[in-house]
Amino acid sequence: MSVLVLVLALVAIGIAGYVLCRYRAVASVGGDTKKLHSLPTYHGWHGFIMGFLPGLVVLALWVVVQPLLIEQRMGRFFDPAVFEDDTQRVLLMADVRRVASGLDTAVDLGALSEQQAAQIRTEFGSVRERLAEVGVALGAEVTPEVLQAAQSYRQQAATGALWRTIVTLAVAGSAFLMALRLTDGAFRARNRVERVMQGLLLTASTIAILTTVGIVLSMLSEAIRFSTMYPIADFFFGLTWSPSFGGGSQLGLLPLLWGTLYISLVSMIVAVPIGLFTAIYLAEYASPRVRAVVKPLIEVIAGIPTVVFGLFALVTVGPLIRDWIAQPTGLGSSGSSVMTAGLVIGILNIPFISSLADDIINAVPQAMRDGSLGLGATKSETIRQVVLPAALPGIVGAVLLAASRAIGETMIVTMGAGAAAKIDLNPFEAMTTITVKIVSQLTGDTEFNSPETLVAFALGMTLFVITLGLNVFALYIVRKYREQYE
Amino acid sequence: MEDMRLMERTLATNQVKVAAKGVDVFYGATHAIKDVSVDILDNMVTAFIGPSGCGKSTFLRCLNRMNDTVSVARVTGDIRLDGEDIYDPRVDPVQLRARVGMVFQKPNPFPKSIYDNVAYGPKIHGLARSKAELDEIVEKEAKDRLKEPGTGLSGGQQQRLCIARAIATSPEVLLMDEPCSALDPIATAQVEELIDELRANFSVVIVTHSMQQAARVSQRTAFFHLGNLVEYGETGQIFTNPRDPRTESYISGRIG
Repeated sequence: MSVLVLVLALVAIGIAGYVLCRYRAVASVGGDTKKLHSLPTYHGWHGFIMGFLPGLVVLALWVVVQPLLIEQRMGRFFDPAVFEDDTQRVLLMADVRRVASGLDTAVDLGALSEQQAAQIRTEFGSVRERLAEVGVALGAEVTPEVLQAAQSYRQQAATGALWRTIVTLAVAGSAFLMALRLTDGAFRARNRVERVMQGLLLTASTIAILTTVGIVLSMLSEAIRFSTMYPIADFFFGLTWSPSFGGGSQLGLLPLLWGTLYISLVSMIVAVPIGLFTAIYLAEYASPRVRAVVKPLIEVIAGIPTVVFGLFALVTVGPLIRDWIAQPTGLGSSGSSVMTAGLVIGILNIPFISSLADDIINAVPQAMRDGSLGLGATKSETIRQVVLPAALPGIVGAVLLAASRAIGETMIVTMGAGAAAKIDLNPFEAMTTITVKIVSQLTGDTEFNSPETLVAFALGMTLFVITLGLNVFALYIVRKYREQYE
Repeated sequence: MEDMRLMERTLATNQVKVAAKGVDVFYGATHAIKDVSVDILDNMVTAFIGPSGCGKSTFLRCLNRMNDTVSVARVTGDIRLDGEDIYDPRVDPVQLRARVGMVFQKPNPFPKSIYDNVAYGPKIHGLARSKAELDEIVEKEAKDRLKEPGTGLSGGQQQRLCIARAIATSPEVLLMDEPCSALDPIATAQVEELIDELRANFSVVIVTHSMQQAARVSQRTAFFHLGNLVEYGETGQIFTNPRDPRTESYISGRIG
């Protein structure tokens, strides 16, 4: 049975569990459902969960573990020296899997009988051609080892699938019977169902965390590989960025870091005052009618894809700044500049800051404002001296979150800031950022084994640490200065 | 009619601080206050009592134009502070509120130090020309723990801080909107004691749910019911010898 059919079978067992457990529970009290500890529905759901979930867990584990086991046993077909090498093994296994699935297709289409597929040998003719006939394209001629491995792979996969079906159904069936036996009037089905729900919620919340951990680990391992190939001190303190795939690259972080921070700074200078003032206007002064129109309009900006902002930077803002400010003042002649990218990222961040700050200002209790107004303060005195201080921790948090967005922004800087890695104070010069260089080091057909590509992971790790640091700092500020107004 | 005239005569012997005549308040379509006229006397505590939703807090908020901050509220009629119409377009409500201070139902200290809480009013009104003068004003109201945050105090202490904050601005009238409803009996007793002291320098108006409290702290009591001012007179008279049957029912616990 294929995995899909198996899952459907589990659902069927679950539904049977629902119906039978519910029926049994009601029957056990002679139809008087008031005597049940839990509502009949809960007994039903308990039956469903028992029929469905244990089988599903076993199936999921099996699906993950089986390929790993089979792969391990493929070693006997190959030269151990080759098989030990990580890269080689991955390539070999990819070949084996492709040939195996080619044989599967051939059998399905009737081009080969099951027996032929199991016994076909390279000596009898080109396997590649036979597979090509049924539409399975292979890159190179199949070696005897790979073919044998593929045949063994197919056989083991078939055995595995058979046992998978048996074990899964056995587990599901016994759990189902257990649920049926447990069900009676006093059985606490409600508590058990709620425990399962709790587990479900926990699982959902761990997925995001585990993904983050996974991302960090994968980046970390590549970044560590980079550090074995390139002196790490040169990476962190190098003032030159000039990668060349032929060797002799200089991969200094500082020019990129400088560009990143400079552009972020410009963007924050744009976004923080405008965003904050917008929020104050919306939260304190705007009439409900104005607010109902303006707030969604501002938030439309947040919905524009950043690549569109990039185009805006490239086509409109960049030339505008060059022709009207940079060239007349003699400060630069480049269409792409720190100013362009910073300005556009700033605009991108306005709704982010204004929307968050608006919520935070609204969360300041009205009693606080009344207290100040009741003392004869004007509205603006109240806002400056009472509302904003009370909202400050949240606002700082919002600003720091916006800062980490600015630091991580890629598309706008790619189009607006240029690709020249340099350290310069002039904001009308083209500079570049960490994100842009990560993209440019990884685009194209490159292998992940030279410092020039692996540096992207080190850059990514650096970026991650910076933004993580900012976020942690933001949370710390928010916690430390959170005011307890009820 | 006889009663009303008698009432007016007794009131006339003291100096009138706030005079309200024919005040109506509308919240949108709701007619919250109906033709209320009250004279609030100087150096006295006046209590507004009545069942929930009778309009006593609404009327209180007319006296320093706090209803201006509610966009749907509309006030008509004539309210005078020392003979000056407070709803005159030339009157700045902000300045008015400096003269008519307010303490709210729930203690609402600002998230600042105790010192800054008390110094808030004097600072914005420029009552102190130097740091030393400001210190003097603050220390008249609050003695110790000045550097601690006002929000860290207990409920009763917070409310007393709010009162101190209100009187640091040296208002002439102090409005208190159920200042003890969130407090325990001990804190309530402390606040009531404070109110009694305040009478020497201010005219105090207190809205309260508790008739015992009105009886304890006030010299004058006004009874509101369904937006009407039913009866207004000396506290002792209201509680022992009410003229209106509705007042009597409320005081004896039959309505409300």
